[in-house]
Amino acid sequence: MNILVCVKRVPATGGRIVLTADGSAIDVRFLGFTVSPHEECAVEEAVRIVEARGGSSTVLTLGPAVAEEQLRDAMAIGIERAILLETDGRDWDPVATASAIVAAVRAQEAVAAPFDLILFGNESADSGGFQVGIRVAAALGRPIVTGVKALQLGEGRIVARREGAGGGWESFEIPLPAVVSVKEGINLPRYPSIPGRLRAKKKEIERSTPAWQPGGLEKIVLRLPKEEVTAAEVIGRGPDAAAAVVDLLDRIGVLDR
Amino acid sequence: MSSVPAQARVVIIGAGIVGSSMAWHLARLGWRDIVLLEKGMLPNPGGSTGHASNFIFLVDHSKEMAAFTMESARQYRELGVYDETGGIEVARTPERMAELTRRMASSTAWGVEGSRLLTPAEVKAMVPFIEHSVILGGFYTPGVGIVDSLQAGTLMRQKAQDLGALTVAASVEVTGIDVEAGRVRRVHTDGGTIEVEIVVVACGVWSPRIARMAGASIPLTPAVHQMMDIGPVPMFEHTTKEVGYPIVRDMDTNMYERQHGTGFEIGSYAHRAILMDADDIPSIAASALSPTMLPFTKEDFDPQLEDSLELFPEIVGDESVGVKLAINGLLSLTPDGNPIIGETPEVKGLWSVAAVWIKEAPGIAKTVAEWMTNGEPEIDPHGSDIARFYDHHRTDQHIAARSTEGYNKTYGIVHPLEQWASNRPIRISPAYDRHVALRAEFFEAAGWERPFWYGANESLLAEYGDRVMPRTAEWESRWWSPIINAEHLAMRDRAGLVDLSAFAIFDITGPGALAALERLSVNKVDVAVGRTVYTPLLNAAGGILADLTIMRLGDERFRVVTGGGMGMRDRKIFADALPADGTAQLHDVTNAFTTFGLWGPRARDILGAASGGGADISHKGFPFLSSKTVDIDGVRTLASRISYVGELGWEIYVPMEQGLRVWDALWRAGTPHGMAAVGIGTYAVTARLEKGYRAHGAELELDFDLVEAGMARPTLKDADFVGRAAYERRRAADPAAILCTLTVDDPTSSTGVKRYMLGREPILTLDGQRIVDAKGRGSYVTSAGSGPSVGKHLLMTYLPPEYANEGAKLLVEYFGESYPVTVAVAGSSPLFDPENLRIRA
Amino acid sequence: MSAPIFALVTIAAGVPERTSLETLTVARRLAAETGGPLEAVLVAAAADARSTAAALAGWGVATAIVIEHDTLTLDHPDGWAAAVAQVIAARGPAAVVGSGTERGNDLLARVAARLSLPMAANVVSVAAGDRYRLVRQRWAGSLLEECWLDAPVRLLTVAPNAVVVGEPDGTAAPAQERLAVTLGPADLAVHVTSREAPERGRISLAEAKVVIGGGRGVGSTEGFGDLEELAGLVGGAVGGSRVVTSAGWRPHADQIGQTGLRIAPDLYIACGISGAIQHIVGCKAAKLILAINTDDEAPIMSVADYAVIGDLHAIVPAISAEIRRRSAGG
Repeated sequence: MNILVCVKRVPATGGRIVLTADGSAIDVRFLGFTVSPHEECAVEEAVRIVEARGGSSTVLTLGPAVAEEQLRDAMAIGIERAILLETDGRDWDPVATASAIVAAVRAQEAVAAPFDLILFGNESADSGGFQVGIRVAAALGRPIVTGVKALQLGEGRIVARREGAGGGWESFEIPLPAVVSVKEGINLPRYPSIPGRLRAKKKEIERSTPAWQPGGLEKIVLRLPKEEVTAAEVIGRGPDAAAAVVDLLDRIGVLDR
Repeated sequence: MSSVPAQARVVIIGAGIVGSSMAWHLARLGWRDIVLLEKGMLPNPGGSTGHASNFIFLVDHSKEMAAFTMESARQYRELGVYDETGGIEVARTPERMAELTRRMASSTAWGVEGSRLLTPAEVKAMVPFIEHSVILGGFYTPGVGIVDSLQAGTLMRQKAQDLGALTVAASVEVTGIDVEAGRVRRVHTDGGTIEVEIVVVACGVWSPRIARMAGASIPLTPAVHQMMDIGPVPMFEHTTKEVGYPIVRDMDTNMYERQHGTGFEIGSYAHRAILMDADDIPSIAASALSPTMLPFTKEDFDPQLEDSLELFPEIVGDESVGVKLAINGLLSLTPDGNPIIGETPEVKGLWSVAAVWIKEAPGIAKTVAEWMTNGEPEIDPHGSDIARFYDHHRTDQHIAARSTEGYNKTYGIVHPLEQWASNRPIRISPAYDRHVALRAEFFEAAGWERPFWYGANESLLAEYGDRVMPRTAEWESRWWSPIINAEHLAMRDRAGLVDLSAFAIFDITGPGALAALERLSVNKVDVAVGRTVYTPLLNAAGGILADLTIMRLGDERFRVVTGGGMGMRDRKIFADALPADGTAQLHDVTNAFTTFGLWGPRARDILGAASGGGADISHKGFPFLSSKTVDIDGVRTLASRISYVGELGWEIYVPMEQGLRVWDALWRAGTPHGMAAVGIGTYAVTARLEKGYRAHGAELELDFDLVEAGMARPTLKDADFVGRAAYERRRAADPAAILCTLTVDDPTSSTGVKRYMLGREPILTLDGQRIVDAKGRGSYVTSAGSGPSVGKHLLMTYLPPEYANEGAKLLVEYFGESYPVTVAVAGSSPLFDPENLRIRA
Repeated sequence: MSAPIFALVTIAAGVPERTSLETLTVARRLAAETGGPLEAVLVAAAADARSTAAALAGWGVATAIVIEHDTLTLDHPDGWAAAVAQVIAARGPAAVVGSGTERGNDLLARVAARLSLPMAANVVSVAAGDRYRLVRQRWAGSLLEECWLDAPVRLLTVAPNAVVVGEPDGTAAPAQERLAVTLGPADLAVHVTSREAPERGRISLAEAKVVIGGGRGVGSTEGFGDLEELAGLVGGAVGGSRVVTSAGWRPHADQIGQTGLRIAPDLYIACGISGAIQHIVGCKAAKLILAINTDDEAPIMSVADYAVIGDLHAIVPAISAEIRRRSAGG
């Protein structure tokens, strides 16, 4: 299996997001960077598939030069190759992002084996557009299943399982090559080992610089939602509070059964 | 947020280990109405207490820091939060191995029990997962351990609350501190305002920000210390203990490693110093982990991973062991590496307990609480006293430069005389260019560039031959030159000119001046105008606080001259002693006067020539311990007949801007007499030791009294003074120790190299036992140096009376070997010129 | 007449889903602003759609569009995308508003990809114009972005639980219009091949009226026993914070928060949860929050309506006991 995982560098935000004074971006002076938990799982899934089935794994990101860090993080846990589509730090909307990834995939596939499977996180942690994977799949003419929490590999096919809209589970059997966007829970990502980190540090990263293109979405400004700070009414302390809690349950009608 | 009481005796800001310890110790000493404010939540407030790698290595070359640390470990043990795992410092190089023998000596000097050196195989037996082929040996201390610092804080707060002494208010942020008439008055918080008498700043890396609210400065900088937690480690899988193996400090790579439950923690001081501004620390809400746990910067840590891998391949190289957590933790760094404690000189009632690490926090809190209560701390905190700083120390540039330079010395092999390289020169004497021309080797004191010896005096070496006591061992040759001893001999033979610009000088004037000074000084200050008084200052318990000279320049005008190192601290002592009614004033004239010392048998001839015979400088006309105006080359100077080197001569006080003119005049006058420029190496070390003169910070500290120091005079003045009652009690009793001067009988090591101790080494009995006096104080070398005129290497040490007998034989431990020494002087009579004929010539 | 505004309305069990009412609310406002008619595209099997169009009375819908196709079911994500794309082509709406659920975002993104149009997910407010000015959620709602959406057809989804849905008014049931679509095999290739029903008797976290959430304070897998017991008594479901699912104390499907479920029950009981923002975005839509925590300063207290201070392992069993006592007595 030849697998590509696409990730996005995002700040590791804390308890409260702080914006720059002009509201154009998150103040990242004291923040580290990471990828979304969904993407961590996508990376882990790629490593596991290659460990189980052989093949090769590649991680790709579109982002500034410093996004190399996220590529090396992925290589530290076992991804073999990394591709950086280097930007000048401007925002790329989902349409532009997808088209740059599609171009990169085509370029890769023109000189080497096609990717049997392209993995995405279900949505990016920061902009939450829910669409880059779908756009890439559509442009490449490959099937995509989103929100996947389990993958089963068959010969030339995969079964992707996700939670049903009303509970339960639904499965899709789709032919390869395919695109899957995964959600946290599909696996428990490993921590990188120190030998893994040291190896990753020394690896080459393939770089290219796609030209920025406008999309149909353009950020104006960021702002924080109005915080609804309520002072919780303390209705009791310790087990003696049980009666007050049951009164509350009664009042909102959950004890009617 | 909580609401706060409207009034308090003391408000402690910050409920980390420092603030919590302060609350307990104040409560224990009887303080009530204590309010502890914390902007974070409890029990983990979100500062360094919550994430610092909380182990305690007991041995430090600094007596003060070792005392704080040992006292802290004692308290943690008493609280039941100390897990004694033992600790091993390992050496990868021969230099480090030698350093470990030096640590062994410090361990003995300060009484850290059970320390011993280990072979690589012995290290391996204790830490089975270490790659012992990488190391040459280790230094093991069984009392090293890990403390649960959050739990310790909780228990201390609880104990203070149980006494009814403490109110804790968490999630309260201080927004301002009001100062009126130079005193703290109230603390404003987002939960209300508190009227208060005393405010204690225990805010760790935030301390500068809080102090600034009151107009005071705490010169520390937050800096990053990287830590990584990896795991789970298969061999720790079934562990029930947090730590089952000794903690390892890999000294040569500036790292430490230790088990942490099923994980393994790796910490580093090897990376570049990463400093921050206290104002840039993120808020609790905006932090990913906590405000003092910043995002890990991998690139800084990567080189250390290789080192760690080399020492612990079995764990660090295990592919199944993952990096679980990696942070850039914040800690506090200071320009000289010491904590910052005590009342701020700027604001009365505002106390700093900052730049204090977990390993020393309860000990320091106890010390500060005692200090606040009655000025009688059991451990002398002078090296950490916030009042020690000059203004230049408080600049951002200086803090950053020295903190950066000091950071990588955290595990360094630091020579006792090692000089700072960064941010120099800061203060220069008017004769600086002359010193440079004479190829001076400058040492820094209080920011001043002081010639320690002059390269141009190399020519004297031929004159004195082996009398300069040449050294071959690299360690003692570092920061030293035989020229020091040649200058010493030239001064004793002819004359020497010494630049003493680093003195701190303040004039105390006004109708209330005499009473204020008399109240501080042990010796009588009410002397005739023109007389000079040398006097110690004591604390109430009779411990020695300072020693200095006071010149009476007029009925209501006195000039205090003290060493530059403690100059600002001493200024605070005098400023605090001024009467409240404003009848006396302190004028800091340090920067108005430069001082030159002229000493030696030809000094009178030289001063006479320089002053053109205009002043009577005969022994009768200008007796010892007097001062008067002497004009030199058209400059009006104040000459004071005094000596710290045991020779006839004067300290000459010159207006700073005319200093160069006077230096040149003295130089011209001295040349025909064979006068040499003489460095501080002679002034502060060799000449002083031959005369048995005591120095503050070496022989003179709070844990010794005047009787022990041999400085008790036969009679007591009539006036009361601070510490008098205690002093009288001590005079009436037998001293527990007597300050002695020892000579090294044979400095030859087992390999045939002559070795010369530099100070702080333990003194042992002939059978190698540590010597401890009735008060539990071990005997160690307080000062050490050559005695070129007596031809011996000299050591000063306090000895219990049973050992303090002239001619008694003892040992000194130095770099793992013992050298025979003899008690040459028990008490204060000088080894050189015991009748002081030279001074009174 | 201005171009219509489309609302994608998902019908389940004969009524529009709650999130579709949010979609209708935003689309209706937009229609009023642009002067275009509000048209509901019913996302449901044609038979269901035909019979439930009437349920849209009161929401200002002018036309309900029923998509007619023999084999298209909700199991065909691409099929639905192709169908909606064809309806868009046929009727030329100015904007298409969907719901920002997992399925809603999936559907509209597939539509957008087909039509090469931009799409904005999880919008909370819209101002029409030549370009639309939107406010949308980032970071699962911890941050808002104001942005321009510039496209011939504006595709956007409405963030769940972010729009206040009013009561239905007196507007008539919409006219029904049936529109046959043509789908090729490729459009139907991706489809649900098997389905597992939810565990019987288990109330899903997404639908439970009472959710009991456990955090680090629960301490272990076994520690959830107390929470399960209470959930059984009140007909609720049990979930957990990311700490809990990462530690393996609960399955990942039970995670409430940014990378898990966002719930909107009548009552959320947060037990031993400190309240990291990543968790709060998942539970803040609850009508009432009761926090049980030892720390009365924990961040959860700033979003909770009620609090009980103390050890959850003492308090939760006491609540269960009290419920039993009262039901025995009553």
